[in-house]
Amino acid sequence: MTVWSVIGAGVAGLAAASELVSRGAKVQIFDPSGPPGPHGCSWWAGGMLAPWCEFENAEEPVLRLGKAAFEWWSTRTRVEQRGTLVVANPRDLPDLRRFARRTGGYTEINQVEIANLEPDLTSFTKGLHFTDEAHLNPRQALRNLHRQLQDQGVVFHRKLAPTQLENAIDCRGLHAREVLHDLRGVKGEMLVIRCPDVTLTRPVRLLHPRMPLYIVPRGDGVYMLGATMIESEDSSRITARSMLELLSAAYALNPAFGEAEVLEIGVDLRPAFPDNLPRIRRLGHTIYANGLYRHGYLLAPALAQGVADLALDNKHSEMVDEDRA
Amino acid sequence: MKSFYGTQLPNSLMLGTAQYPSPAILEQAFRESGAGVATVSLRRESGAGQTFWQMIRELGVLILPNTAGCHTVKEAVTTAYMAREVFDTNWIKLELIGHTDSLQPDVFQLVEAARILTGDGFQVFPYTTDDLIVGERLLTAGCEVLMPWGAPIGSGRGLNNEYALRAMRAEFPDVPLVVDAGIGLPSHAAQAMELGYDAVLLNTAVARAGNPVAMARAMMLAIQAGQLAHQADPIEARDMAEPSTPVIGKAFLS
Repeated sequence: MTVWSVIGAGVAGLAAASELVSRGAKVQIFDPSGPPGPHGCSWWAGGMLAPWCEFENAEEPVLRLGKAAFEWWSTRTRVEQRGTLVVANPRDLPDLRRFARRTGGYTEINQVEIANLEPDLTSFTKGLHFTDEAHLNPRQALRNLHRQLQDQGVVFHRKLAPTQLENAIDCRGLHAREVLHDLRGVKGEMLVIRCPDVTLTRPVRLLHPRMPLYIVPRGDGVYMLGATMIESEDSSRITARSMLELLSAAYALNPAFGEAEVLEIGVDLRPAFPDNLPRIRRLGHTIYANGLYRHGYLLAPALAQGVADLALDNKHSEMVDEDRA
Repeated sequence: MKSFYGTQLPNSLMLGTAQYPSPAILEQAFRESGAGVATVSLRRESGAGQTFWQMIRELGVLILPNTAGCHTVKEAVTTAYMAREVFDTNWIKLELIGHTDSLQPDVFQLVEAARILTGDGFQVFPYTTDDLIVGERLLTAGCEVLMPWGAPIGSGRGLNNEYALRAMRAEFPDVPLVVDAGIGLPSHAAQAMELGYDAVLLNTAVARAGNPVAMARAMMLAIQAGQLAHQADPIEARDMAEPSTPVIGKAFLS
């Protein structure tokens, strides 16, 4: 029986492995960094399954392919379907109208309705509630996939993959750019803060002219605050400007965030192709699956299904842009 | 068309490169519109935007680096030097922000930075207000192009003060003038060209449109229309109708 070798144990690799195993394939995984951790950019993700909100500044496949994410993840990790709340400062209300016009799947809500959903958000007069959107805890999701795969007999090799592998599936993200020349890194910065004084139960987005600013509850008063989008490939550290912008957003949502503890600062590079959409390429014996950009958890299921379709059934999903087997 | 520091622009659209949904859409917007100049920011990406900058170079258009996000003379001058190295050009769009909410240029620092940079061989495109005296000072400082705002950056409000922009055109008939910032619609861009401006610089109106590629093309068409209209010597507006066919001999009094 063919053994498929998945290279890279980030969200792309683990999702591909999980999909392959669920279709009866035999899989092993190589990653010299070991189990999921801070070395991979999916560790630092928001974990929002928000196809509509993401569609505001993305192309159509993000919406269509992203809609399948909820069901896929629900069988593998805990997914909270409490929707997304989008708000804007009074001076940015034109942006809220534009956001509404570009998206769908929301109900418009007023100050009272906002307070009914999230009693700690009192200063916003208008909002959009994307009722079907969901969120998960990315680190929990990675750990779950890792454990489930182990339980299913998948062997994890904590080392580099041998060079002449047959049936390889390369999910190394930005490390694959020596082969995938059109891959680039897009810098993202995020914070993890603890603020038991504020209770939010669903992802909240505050419209901002330059980046999608959001706060995702992780439970126990812990929040993930993200995320910048900078065309830079320097992931060494966060800038003061980014930190100011992220924290001001939290402060604008509720001034009590001013008392939050900063638990973690995350900086990493998202692997992206020029259209910011994921790709599957078969070159020789290797299938490359890459370019999840800011949509790791939203599009990993579709990417994984595309990989399995190609690997097991020789079926070409829309993400396959090159096949030179 | 007037030359910009000795360079003849292929057309009058200068297009920014920030905030597009993806580099692929940015590239299409340039290709479909035919914009001849790309402005690019260095500040946000510091030294590590190489991949993105390479994409901009591959657009094959003239590159106008900018100092967007700079608040002091020192920052702006440093950024200009970096831009010269990265893009191998003496062109610099000099932007010195004086006010956080309106992003209004700090014209005092602007003149000072322009003097330093032109003294060192830079060809400065200053983002300024529509103030005539500031314009005069920028020219004295060595600038050979002026770029007054239409409205605050990203506001999409069009030409806030048409009178001032007209006055500027009249005051500096031989200086290349560019309306920079505030454009929201193609009609705004056309209006700037109808006033006799030499070019229009815009970014947000295209990058944040629902279909940036279509909007880029619409802007180019509007700019061409406005330019053609200006050259065609438009009629003056008047208070009463002027019939286009003779009325004498018709029973117009009945």
